[in-house]
Amino acid sequence: MELNAMIAAKRIATCTRNVRQKLQLNNYFSSKVPDVPTWVPIDKEKLPKVPELDEAMVNHLERLSLVKFNNQAGVERLYKAIEYANQLHMVDTEGVEPLDSVLENRSVYLREDKVTDGNCLKDILQNASQTVEDYFVAPPGNIPLKSSDRKSLK
Amino acid sequence: MVSIHQISLRRLCRLFALVFRHNRHCSNSSKNRSAQTWRSVVGLEIHAQIQSESKLFSGASTKYAGSTNTQVSIFDAAIPGTLPVLNRRCIEAGVRTAGALGCKISQVSKFDRKHYFYADLPTGYQITQQRHPLARDGKVKYLVYNTDNWNKYNWKTASIIQLQIEQDSGKSLHDADRNRSLIDLNRAGVGLMEIVTAPDFTDGEDASSFVRELVLILRRLETCSGKMEEGALRVDANISVHRPGEPLGVRTEIKNLNSIRSVGRAIDYEIKRQIAELESGREIVNETRSFDAQSGQTIAMRDKEKLQDYRFMPEPNLLPVFLYDSKSVPMGVDRASVIVIDNLLQGLPPAPSESYERIHKDHKISIRNCVILVNEDGLLKMFDDIIEKRDAKALTNFLITDFLGVTHARNINLLQSPVPLRHIADLFDMKTDRCISNDNISQVLELMFDFPDKTPAEIVKEKQLDNIQDTEVLRAECEKTLLKHPDVVQRWKVSQQKEKKGRQDPVIKLVNTTMTALKNRADPLVLISIFEKLLSKK
Repeated sequence: MELNAMIAAKRIATCTRNVRQKLQLNNYFSSKVPDVPTWVPIDKEKLPKVPELDEAMVNHLERLSLVKFNNQAGVERLYKAIEYANQLHMVDTEGVEPLDSVLENRSVYLREDKVTDGNCLKDILQNASQTVEDYFVAPPGNIPLKSSDRKSLK
Repeated sequence: MVSIHQISLRRLCRLFALVFRHNRHCSNSSKNRSAQTWRSVVGLEIHAQIQSESKLFSGASTKYAGSTNTQVSIFDAAIPGTLPVLNRRCIEAGVRTAGALGCKISQVSKFDRKHYFYADLPTGYQITQQRHPLARDGKVKYLVYNTDNWNKYNWKTASIIQLQIEQDSGKSLHDADRNRSLIDLNRAGVGLMEIVTAPDFTDGEDASSFVRELVLILRRLETCSGKMEEGALRVDANISVHRPGEPLGVRTEIKNLNSIRSVGRAIDYEIKRQIAELESGREIVNETRSFDAQSGQTIAMRDKEKLQDYRFMPEPNLLPVFLYDSKSVPMGVDRASVIVIDNLLQGLPPAPSESYERIHKDHKISIRNCVILVNEDGLLKMFDDIIEKRDAKALTNFLITDFLGVTHARNINLLQSPVPLRHIADLFDMKTDRCISNDNISQVLELMFDFPDKTPAEIVKEKQLDNIQDTEVLRAECEKTLLKHPDVVQRWKVSQQKEKKGRQDPVIKLVNTTMTALKNRADPLVLISIFEKLLSKK
């Protein structure tokens, strides 16, 4: 028993040493990953208030996102989602340029101006639900959501 | 009923006086209120299609009027999994245009997505440049003129806020009867330059003069065809009115003006409409309107959402566009694969305004003729190549009346004219030396286009169109005319006793008759002197 305990203790010590060595190695390569996780508790009082979502706003968001919130529970989930996203307001971005892409120091590839594509009428029309004389058929103009779609919210 | 005859003259006079006074009063008051107490402010957004073979982000063709949906790649149809690949030519065209408009060109520009739902925009967003456009802060000098009154012209300068590269949308045909839209994506994804101006314009004439100048600049650069009738250049106008000293009024936006004339008419109509609305106590609503060229009115567009929410976001599928100066190309970068700004800006054609000023100043040509010389593709070069020591006014008149008369009638593009330049110069010299009469010039020009290899001298000789130089022949013809028209001779005799005015009329009549008899093969000035000699003997 005692021997077993001793062996176990030694193993743990070796493991810890290995981890330490690895950590030192990481420091040597100056990793941007911190050694230990850190966090700041967020004071929810300091977050901006979630705005009141009236029916018009819900309709507007439904239209933009093409997602239906369906019922009161769905709208409550939307509140929660906004509250969750609002935590980003606590990140200090003062003087930090927004990063669009991790490759932003590289220039976009430029293609030569040559016609290499097109003439694939059949391919592009095959997903269309309705066509007329090689045209796609679409509803006229911008049509607002039908009022029947909104009833479920009440 | 009282008929007009029954009204006494005195009453009639009083009536007219009343009407006259009323009219004068009205026109005065409307002038005071409209022109003096309102200021109009106009800004423009111009969408110019980039003259390229293929689209901005795909290899599909950009040819105008192709058959429906044949110039569409799977990227243009927004099939998931496809990615944009930027066309080099479109960026180069943008850089050259920005240079010509005096803009500061950004070394780094980026693409963004602008979202809206429209059936001819299959992705649901347009790739454009909102935060970091290709170029900013330009200045364009332009000539404001009105073709109805050439004496009234002036120079102005407009500021360009920015020039950005973006995608065009597809085209919708609205089938109102069946309540549907038909969508053709051939135009979807064609490269556009959106040029945004500062609100520097005051009215329709001002704004349309600017657009005319811009079209000319783009055509000279060959970065846009400028063919508004094909939709290759569309103008949106933002218009508001306010009283001097007060903040700017609420603006309306007129979309998709597709001719220079429409730009002028739509803006002037909208200014009048806004003033009328405000003067009758109503308010201007911030809205999008369209222009109906037939009725000349602007109409509120119905299907626009009250609140546009474009939800701009960085385009994740495209890296930034880097542009370099020839000195700043980094080591190890292949110069052929990057765009070097100063290389592209070398050899930019002169601005049209510079051309106007140069020929107006150097050759004392009227502004009207300067505008014609500059606006007709290739004509100014022809002028510059021929002029040397020749008379500028005579040459301008020859090119505009004689030469353009024939090329327009034959629908000939001057840049593709088969007639060698020296033949045109020769013909002009023959005209100046009075070897050929004005009446025969166009006939010779026609033949020059029919037989481009022949010199005008050969044509004139062959077809006997040159002036007869032998004075004996001319005098004989003149004497014949005198015998045939004793009445005109009589009139001449009478006219000699009168004042100077009208003395020449009978002679001119005789010259015209003789010219016809000679098939225009004479110099009228020579004929006049012959007639004067002959008549004085009578």
